[in-house]
Amino acid sequence: MSPAHIIEPDQATMLDIYRRANLIYRADEKFRAMILGGQLQIIYYSPRGQEILSASLMAAINQDDYLVTTYRGMHDQLAKGIPPRDLWAEFSGKATGTCKGKGGPMHITHPETGVMVTTGIVGSGLPIANGLGLASQLEKDGKVTVVCFGDASTNIGAFHESLNMAQIWKLPVIFVCQNNLYGEHTPQAMSTGCKELIDRAPGYGIRGVQVNGNDPFAMYQVAKEAADYARAGNGPTFIEAKTFRFFGHLLGDDSHYIPAEEMAAAKLADPIPAYRKALLERQIPEAELDAIDAELAAIIAEAAQFALDSPYPDADEIRHDVLSQEIAA
Amino acid sequence: MNAETATADAAPAKAPKPKKINFTQAYVMAMDEAMAADPRVILMGEDIADDQGGGVFGATKGLSTKYGTDRVRSTPISEQAIIGAAVGAALVGYRPVAEIMLMNFIAVAMDQVVNHAAKLRFMSGGQTSVPLTIRMATGAGAGFGGQHSDMLEAWFAHVPGLKVVTASNPADAKGLLLACIQDDDPCLFIENTLSYGVSGPAPEPGYIVPLGKAATVQEGTDVSVISYGTGIQRAQAAAKTLEAEGVSVEIIDLRTIAPFDEAAVLASVAKTKRAVVVHEAVKRFGAGAEISSVIHENLFHELKAPVERVGSAYAPVPFSPALEKAFMFSQDQIETAIRKTLEQK
Repeated sequence: MSPAHIIEPDQATMLDIYRRANLIYRADEKFRAMILGGQLQIIYYSPRGQEILSASLMAAINQDDYLVTTYRGMHDQLAKGIPPRDLWAEFSGKATGTCKGKGGPMHITHPETGVMVTTGIVGSGLPIANGLGLASQLEKDGKVTVVCFGDASTNIGAFHESLNMAQIWKLPVIFVCQNNLYGEHTPQAMSTGCKELIDRAPGYGIRGVQVNGNDPFAMYQVAKEAADYARAGNGPTFIEAKTFRFFGHLLGDDSHYIPAEEMAAAKLADPIPAYRKALLERQIPEAELDAIDAELAAIIAEAAQFALDSPYPDADEIRHDVLSQEIAA
Repeated sequence: MNAETATADAAPAKAPKPKKINFTQAYVMAMDEAMAADPRVILMGEDIADDQGGGVFGATKGLSTKYGTDRVRSTPISEQAIIGAAVGAALVGYRPVAEIMLMNFIAVAMDQVVNHAAKLRFMSGGQTSVPLTIRMATGAGAGFGGQHSDMLEAWFAHVPGLKVVTASNPADAKGLLLACIQDDDPCLFIENTLSYGVSGPAPEPGYIVPLGKAATVQEGTDVSVISYGTGIQRAQAAAKTLEAEGVSVEIIDLRTIAPFDEAAVLASVAKTKRAVVVHEAVKRFGAGAEISSVIHENLFHELKAPVERVGSAYAPVPFSPALEKAFMFSQDQIETAIRKTLEQK
């Protein structure tokens, strides 16, 4: 599935991926604990299981590159560099959040880290990503736009219109399908006629690459190659990155529709412990990983506390940001 | 549509022959000025580059030749992709003008308009904005039938975060479209299919009409007719008939349908104490219902009669000319509505 020849990145990059992935892992763990513990009442789409994919992808692009993602996007947002406390406060609906509490978990925006849109509509990020890519192409600013979406998005019209337009205009856009094999509760085989999603790419004449998204070095390499390809003016790439999610479509979903043996096999291949093991095998000292873990734990604890301590937005805020000038509500 | 009425208020006879332009030229002029002033103004739409004809109505003619096909791009027939690309480019500082050939086709891209263009400023807490203009042609009377003729302004007027604009004469068309392009919010600009060739006095270069400001087309004392776009010419014709009967009609052209100029409407009706709201769109649940309600909420005790509404019939736009005529709002209906408000003294 993944490219035949994987060149492993340098040790600094390996640790960078480790840091990003475990930041997501710890944030998710804390979010679930707070929601299930009654400290936070939000709809939550856990990215547990997809951390390595995002971490490797975002490590392969620059912070000023654009990102468009979807409601299951916390892994992408943290991996892209949004400060955890700002993200946490937004997830909690607080005035100190990235969007003053007006967007919430499904609508995170943070232009400083290139996170331009998070959409709650399946497939709708792809047409917008083309526009960001078009702007970069016209500006000649060398940026790429990464747009992340799930496997189910490949069945909606916006996907098809977008891949076609990106290819005819040679836009610097990387379409990353995070294929966790289920669209809400429906398995891919029930909703998609073609066997592999990557089979869609040739129909649009677009460069397509299939990769095990849970393999950090393969994912990093594929993303880097797509970014280089786009920056060189060659146009878009469609990446199908296979992955898995452990906590259902949204938290509280018991994944009853996933066969037990499939879930067991996925847990056995959990990419988070697997990556730690891979780094230890590459002679990275355990103490170094432990130190990163401790640092991340402190960052997440601080972010969660910051969100808890922050005020809700003033009711007056409803009148602002509807239009450029305020009109009566 | 009647070309005479649009040209009625030409300059005095002894002045040199006034320069005239039609709506098509007005749109070209607005986009040309906007593109010359700001390199971040870009156009996209089906067949809009000159090699593809400069737009099916010719409203972008010459612009790709002047500014290049990077800035004036013909697109595939992919309305979601067109509006999505325009939204994305707008998020990072471009001012895209997307041509959606006919207003009914925007239904294909409603997700991008309603869930994204309209809401991204708010949902991002003001970190981003979408300075996007969407131009769309529409209107009944052209024999285009049910899927090429609807006036859908009320759909968009009901979505917080969108502005909806239309012009009743070429000078306004130029000034309003330029204002939309320069505005920092997503604007839906409605063009009338039958009016592209209709002429009127030409505006000066740089002419711009502020959004959200209505115009008093003619002053009167007995009744206010509030309308926009294709309603204005019929209102003027109706007013002329009634003038012969001694009725003085004031006509307010909203120009911006959303958010509409409540102050101007209320000031006019506070003076005349009677109002008729007129639009080509289907009357039921149309923009006229909102305008009428605002008048009632604010001036109920001053009104001499309930506000009347005129709009088209509750039916899809029919093909047969006989049925299309039955569908379409008319000068007669406006006159009848005005007379009804005058029954109560």
